[in-house]
Amino acid sequence: MNRRDFLSAAGAATLTAWLPASAHAAAAGRYENLLILIELKGGNDGLNTIIPYADPLYQSLRPRIAIPREQVLQLDAASGLHPALQPLLPLWDARELAVVQGVGYPAANLSHFRSIEIWDTASRSDQYLNEGWLARAFAEAPVPSAFAADGVVVGSNEMGPLAGVATRALALNNPGEFMRQARLAGNEGVARNGALSHILKVERDVKQAAANLGNNFSLRSEFPNHALGNALKTAAQVVASKAGVAAIKVSHNGYDTHSGQQGTQQRLLRELAEGMAALRTALQEIGRWDSTLIMTYCEFGRRPRENQSGGTDHGTANAHLLSGGRVRGGLYGAVPALDRLDGNGNLPFAVDFRDLYATTLDRWWGVSPAAVLNGRYNPVEFLRA
Amino acid sequence: MGKHWLFLLLAVLPLGAVAAPMGFDEARHLLNRTSFAAGLSDIESYARLTRVQAVDQLLGLTGAAPVTPPPSWVGEYESPAKMRDASEEERKLFQRQQFVKGGELRAWWLTEMLVTPSPLTEKMVLFWHNHFVSSLQKVRSPVLMYRQNQLLRKYALGYFGDLLHAVAKDPAMVVYLDSASNRKGRPNENFAREVMELFTLGEGRYSEQDVKEAARAFTGWSIDQERGEFVFRQQAHDAGVKNILGSSGNFDGDAVLDLLLAQPQTAELVVRKLWREFVSPQPDAAEVTRIARMFRDNRYNIRVALRALLTADVFYAPENRAALLKSPVDLIVGSLRQFRFETGEVTPFVNASRQLGQDLFAPPNVKGWPGGEAWINSATLLRRKQLLERLFRAQEMRPAVTPGRAEMDIYFDSERWLQPFADVDARLIKVVLATDPASSVVSTAHGLPRIRELVLDPAYQLK
Repeated sequence: MNRRDFLSAAGAATLTAWLPASAHAAAAGRYENLLILIELKGGNDGLNTIIPYADPLYQSLRPRIAIPREQVLQLDAASGLHPALQPLLPLWDARELAVVQGVGYPAANLSHFRSIEIWDTASRSDQYLNEGWLARAFAEAPVPSAFAADGVVVGSNEMGPLAGVATRALALNNPGEFMRQARLAGNEGVARNGALSHILKVERDVKQAAANLGNNFSLRSEFPNHALGNALKTAAQVVASKAGVAAIKVSHNGYDTHSGQQGTQQRLLRELAEGMAALRTALQEIGRWDSTLIMTYCEFGRRPRENQSGGTDHGTANAHLLSGGRVRGGLYGAVPALDRLDGNGNLPFAVDFRDLYATTLDRWWGVSPAAVLNGRYNPVEFLRA
Repeated sequence: MGKHWLFLLLAVLPLGAVAAPMGFDEARHLLNRTSFAAGLSDIESYARLTRVQAVDQLLGLTGAAPVTPPPSWVGEYESPAKMRDASEEERKLFQRQQFVKGGELRAWWLTEMLVTPSPLTEKMVLFWHNHFVSSLQKVRSPVLMYRQNQLLRKYALGYFGDLLHAVAKDPAMVVYLDSASNRKGRPNENFAREVMELFTLGEGRYSEQDVKEAARAFTGWSIDQERGEFVFRQQAHDAGVKNILGSSGNFDGDAVLDLLLAQPQTAELVVRKLWREFVSPQPDAAEVTRIARMFRDNRYNIRVALRALLTADVFYAPENRAALLKSPVDLIVGSLRQFRFETGEVTPFVNASRQLGQDLFAPPNVKGWPGGEAWINSATLLRRKQLLERLFRAQEMRPAVTPGRAEMDIYFDSERWLQPFADVDARLIKVVLATDPASSVVSTAHGLPRIRELVLDPAYQLK
């Protein structure tokens, strides 16, 4: 009896573990659903973002930089938002904001470069993979060729999760500029080595994107005038053009707050909240809010005990935000276990970040997680049915 | 009879020892990689030398002081403490002045790259700037960044151990990696982590405990705010015993650096990086081990390592020709030098380099510019082509002024430059490109239109 017969006999439909997609089926993803990743570059301090305000250890570990209890925007009896996230309250009230606490992975690495590589490639801590997890997803279940690109990276030169030899990932700063310059691309040619092969591939990707991108980028909705606001505006314009992309990655810089954290993080979180709120309005305007999932991510959280420069050092488990028209708002994961810090003074994790990826792959796109993530992961129910 | 013994001699000598002129192709390859490309006459003159003579000649030109005078203010350190009691308006004025100075600093370096008789010197200073990273964005003092540039310049082809010790205490580095915030009982691990992970051993070759202990050893390193100079504060130094990389002792910062230099991984990390800069994207493990050992055995003499790389057979191997992608600086400075452009203000080129992803004095993070294929994505490739189009659009370049951008004031005398080629297309290709054009389209163009075709060919992005 081959495997599939056995499964149907056992009532396979009820299994929650995911099994590798059968070899001959060309998997098709539901890429009309869009993923927008916002990278909080440098490692956002989750503890001052989603604050365990009722835990006395929070104040005692951070005598200088803890957010005073009366300033916290309480979400429930244990957790609340940093006051700068005020613009996200409408999303919370509409039950479209999911907050996941304790996101991390085993044997966490405290190096920016190594840890973001782990997040981008969804590898284990001791494993080195070359391709981004989204690149692998699109290899497993290809994005329609009519789409302008598989994914778009706005305002950065780092492909991150979209890094892959065969991935059609476009770096874009400004759709208008892109369309004007795109005529320069499209050299056909013979690739004689890796370097040339890379250039020719980029040329082809540009040509294809330009052919499919169209020229209608207009949006009425306004965005805040800072780097993140501009990047999210570009993202929204790409979506408005109706060209089709499966994923967009945007980076917000400056979260590596080793010193003077309070002022810096306040500004960054305000920019983030304003940006996300504006993005929601824009996506609603173009009728894409219900088919968009926004997810924040970054290399790590930061150490619970403040350092002596009014900042924090590299840490581990972190809090992240998800939002979208079909997100089931609420708190997920576990409140920070400030009484169970490890030998480096860092938090244990409660939710493996790959659980979030797996949920996205399976529930958002209908792509087999096992084929992309090499392992078994547990769904996090942040999407409504 | 005489010829026979010569052939026998040649047969038993290792290939590298054969004193034969390197020839045109090898000379072009060597100059492409070390000198921001080169024109016909330079290639022809190096072609007459042997590999060893050519490399020694290039190395012999290094180490001289820059020919471009620095901005007038480089001797006047402005302490940020000055602005602490300043008014809002004074502070704004100061910021603006600092911004202008940052631009002048970048313009100074780019100018030097354009006119230096030793482009290899500038390549090596840039290499070390990308290794021992500090950024004007965080350091905020153009004077300190200039001084760091002088320091890198001093040791660029000297001894790596001396360079490491000096740059670790360089004030710009102290600011960049928060060394002054690292005090006894109140550690800041930033410098300790990066010196191990990025400057010497490499990722995974040390433990978190090593980082913590090393941070203790670096306590007391600080900066005199008034003068912008390194100062050691004894009372902030943790003089206790530390256990680092299997050794135990009351190490201070310098002792930790010596411990790092004693590890074989350090030489290998540096040689691998030099390999990826000069030879190919994939270092050969056996060659790296060999050259790293030579590097270490010669007290980390950088010149020795570079000489070994540039004279090795693998450097000249066919599969390694045109195997590397030009960085923004390679592309911009290389094009301007190779075609002997006359330039006015260099600020447009400083800005262009930033737009292409390489902002001088401001690498994006402490790991530096990743380089290689990371230089080329849809946005940067289109910008490269647009820049090249502008450069070669007409005999005399006066392109339309783009609002907010400095006008490009350049002149390319295409007729004069083309004259030695006598319209031989094969020769033109050999100078302009590192390999045959990628495009299979048969061209009938000549002169400037043909140059335009060649620089817009994907192969022009290779070195």
